[in-house]
Amino acid sequence: MSVDWSWIADHTDDLTALTLSHLQAALTAVLLGLLVSLPLAVVAHRVRRLRGLLLGLSNVLFTIPSIAVFVLLLPVSGLTRTTTVIGLTIYTLVVLLRNTVEGLDSVPAKTKEAAKAMGTRPLRTLLTVELPLALPVIMAGVRIATVMAISLVSVATYIGDGGLGQLFTDGFQRNFPTPVIVGVVLTLLLALVADALLVTLQYVLTPWTRRQKQGA
Amino acid sequence: MYELLKGLGAWLTGSEQWAGSDGIGHRLAEHLQYSLLATLIAAAIALPVGLLIGHTGRGAFIAINLSSFGRALPTVGLVVLVFLVSGLSMWPVYIALVALAVPSIVTNTYAGMTAVDPEVRDAARGQGMRPHQVLLQVELPLALPLIMTGLRLALIQVVATATIAAYVSFGGLGRYVFDGLAQRDLVQVLGGAVLVAVVAVVLDLALSALQRVLFRHRPSTTA
Repeated sequence: MSVDWSWIADHTDDLTALTLSHLQAALTAVLLGLLVSLPLAVVAHRVRRLRGLLLGLSNVLFTIPSIAVFVLLLPVSGLTRTTTVIGLTIYTLVVLLRNTVEGLDSVPAKTKEAAKAMGTRPLRTLLTVELPLALPVIMAGVRIATVMAISLVSVATYIGDGGLGQLFTDGFQRNFPTPVIVGVVLTLLLALVADALLVTLQYVLTPWTRRQKQGA
Repeated sequence: MYELLKGLGAWLTGSEQWAGSDGIGHRLAEHLQYSLLATLIAAAIALPVGLLIGHTGRGAFIAINLSSFGRALPTVGLVVLVFLVSGLSMWPVYIALVALAVPSIVTNTYAGMTAVDPEVRDAARGQGMRPHQVLLQVELPLALPLIMTGLRLALIQVVATATIAAYVSFGGLGRYVFDGLAQRDLVQVLGGAVLVAVVAVVLDLALSALQRVLFRHRPSTTA
């Protein structure tokens, strides 16, 4: 198994395009996943009865093989980017929902009572007190979901999309390992960089967690 | 949608669908074989590693980063790569599935070990227990609930991902998904997907039942 370096040199433009397309699919899915799971998590956090149902449902969705989800979406959205993004979004939900609910649970009751006593309305409490305090746990979920989505995009290669995953089917069909190795390495790098950026984002978004440590 | 579900009902209940080498019975057995064997191999590798890291406190950095590395590894790429290198053998399936399962088990085992109250550990040492006794008789039992969580998570992921095996011409329930994709036969794809999901949920419930039976003497898993 040797890497054909000249193939890589000849295909840098393709590789850049595939990497960008890969990243776009994964990030869109995580953003959509957040958009869907935030309201659901608030409901699951407030209404105890729906909590088990929502978390259980997202767990069951997680057990369906990703390739099957993509294929079953074909009658709805066809061989398009939309199918890829919807499929990936479904997978991000299980992590995002669970972590957001746990994050909201972790907000001390006293803090919420204090907000109430100060006359803060429920929606405002949610947006300015609960969500910011839940942010570290939510961000942990976003990191896992992002890395998972980046790794899963390649499965969509079977429905003609899949970003860097196209290198896998290409290498398989031509019995040529170089594109496969390049695809695996680029996927890992992409996940690593995205994760590092999210850690930085969390650091910037939650300055109070640092101040506490310094004060202690 | 209704037609699809009706077709699924007929597909799942047809007796000819269950028999033979392409029947659900045989594919189910293959799928279980890939998943259970891969998870067992992964556990045999990951449990000692996780326990050792947790017991000695060394290599925690590796344990934490291994999990995000494992999540980032694209299974399709790994299966194809091992297939191109090793040719037609069972290696591609098992290497990819074991690589998928190891990180979840290592991180959860490690997390379980760090969750053990240091005072309990000190008390055990103070009573004159040897290091291996502390590990096996004190830390391991206390860490078991989280270890089991890791095993269950790994098994669910492996069952769902074993579907990919069919792409490089192996069996298992993924056969239906990939054959259905090639033949544009959605009923077959749905049938395969439903079966995989059912296997994953049933195995998960079985493990959680086992967990309850094994630790019923314990008042609470969080204590």
